[in-house]
Amino acid sequence: MLVSIYRYNPEKDDAPYMQDYEIELPEGKDLMVLDVLNLLKAQDSSISYRRSCREGVCGSDGMNMSGKNGLACITPVSEAVKKGKLVLRPLPGLPVVRDLVVDMGQFYKQYEKIRPFLINDAPAPAIERLQSPEEREKLDGLYECILCACCSTACPSFWWNPDKFVGPSGLLQAYRFLADSRDTATQERLSDLDDPFSVFRCHGIMNCVNVCPKGLNPTKAIGNIRTMLLQRAT
Amino acid sequence: MVTQITSFGRSGLYDWMMQRVSAVVLSLYTVFIIGYLLLNPDLTYDQWSALFEATWMRIFSLMVLLSIGMHSWIGLWSISTDYIKATGARFFFQSLCGLVMFVYIVWGVQVLWGL
Repeated sequence: MLVSIYRYNPEKDDAPYMQDYEIELPEGKDLMVLDVLNLLKAQDSSISYRRSCREGVCGSDGMNMSGKNGLACITPVSEAVKKGKLVLRPLPGLPVVRDLVVDMGQFYKQYEKIRPFLINDAPAPAIERLQSPEEREKLDGLYECILCACCSTACPSFWWNPDKFVGPSGLLQAYRFLADSRDTATQERLSDLDDPFSVFRCHGIMNCVNVCPKGLNPTKAIGNIRTMLLQRAT
Repeated sequence: MVTQITSFGRSGLYDWMMQRVSAVVLSLYTVFIIGYLLLNPDLTYDQWSALFEATWMRIFSLMVLLSIGMHSWIGLWSISTDYIKATGARFFFQSLCGLVMFVYIVWGVQVLWGL
């Protein structure tokens, strides 16, 4: 099988280029894209990429596989190959550090902006802040985000304004804390988001939903934030 | 919180709501005009001008003109902040859009109201 990989080493290369590799895959087995990368790394040790848990939990190996963002460790080759060729590129829109490794700084900055932690002014109870099963249920589909950045880097609004638009991942997390019954900073959180960029740059094209490796729905969370803002203002 | 002074209503929620409300007005007007033309295949000039002279139609048309101005301002402002990264060029584009919209509204009032 032919594998085409985006190569760029800023210390050596003037410009990024695509390098083709031919690889023999074992018969009767559908490897994951990360396995293919590991095999290629044995061939050419200069290929750089991030990986850690290799089972879709850590979110390190987010990359663009034949045009679609996803985690290399849980994407079967059969799914990622287009016309007999596997094309691997770094996540779009973020600065490339080397080969498939991107600088996630801008992405984390947006995550930091939404204050991704519980804020509660009341004195902490002796054991824990209790939630009813119904209240806890509201966090399902929100807390599972692993911050792999597949969604935000698939979003054109994030490509054009990564410094102003929070992006699908950050907004999913923002809603996770807005929806949390134990959080008391709801009003401040909403005020922080009520500008023309942070939330409202989302035009609902749902690229984020299409690529999320955990099957989450940031567009729905963004819709819920809009509803909360609207309810507060009308 | 991102602060912007060139957006339509300063608040993201306000811009978003105005864009949706104006979209509804524009759709209703479009459906109405198409429906009216379909229901009156033998439309005469007198009938057409009588329609536009009715007070309710003037209110409706003015509402549509203002909606076009608002809707296109919010839309083009979004596009300009997405794609035009140089501040000077963006400000020029936004000013031009503002001017064109103002001209269209005044001109539209003149045409529709026969002033």
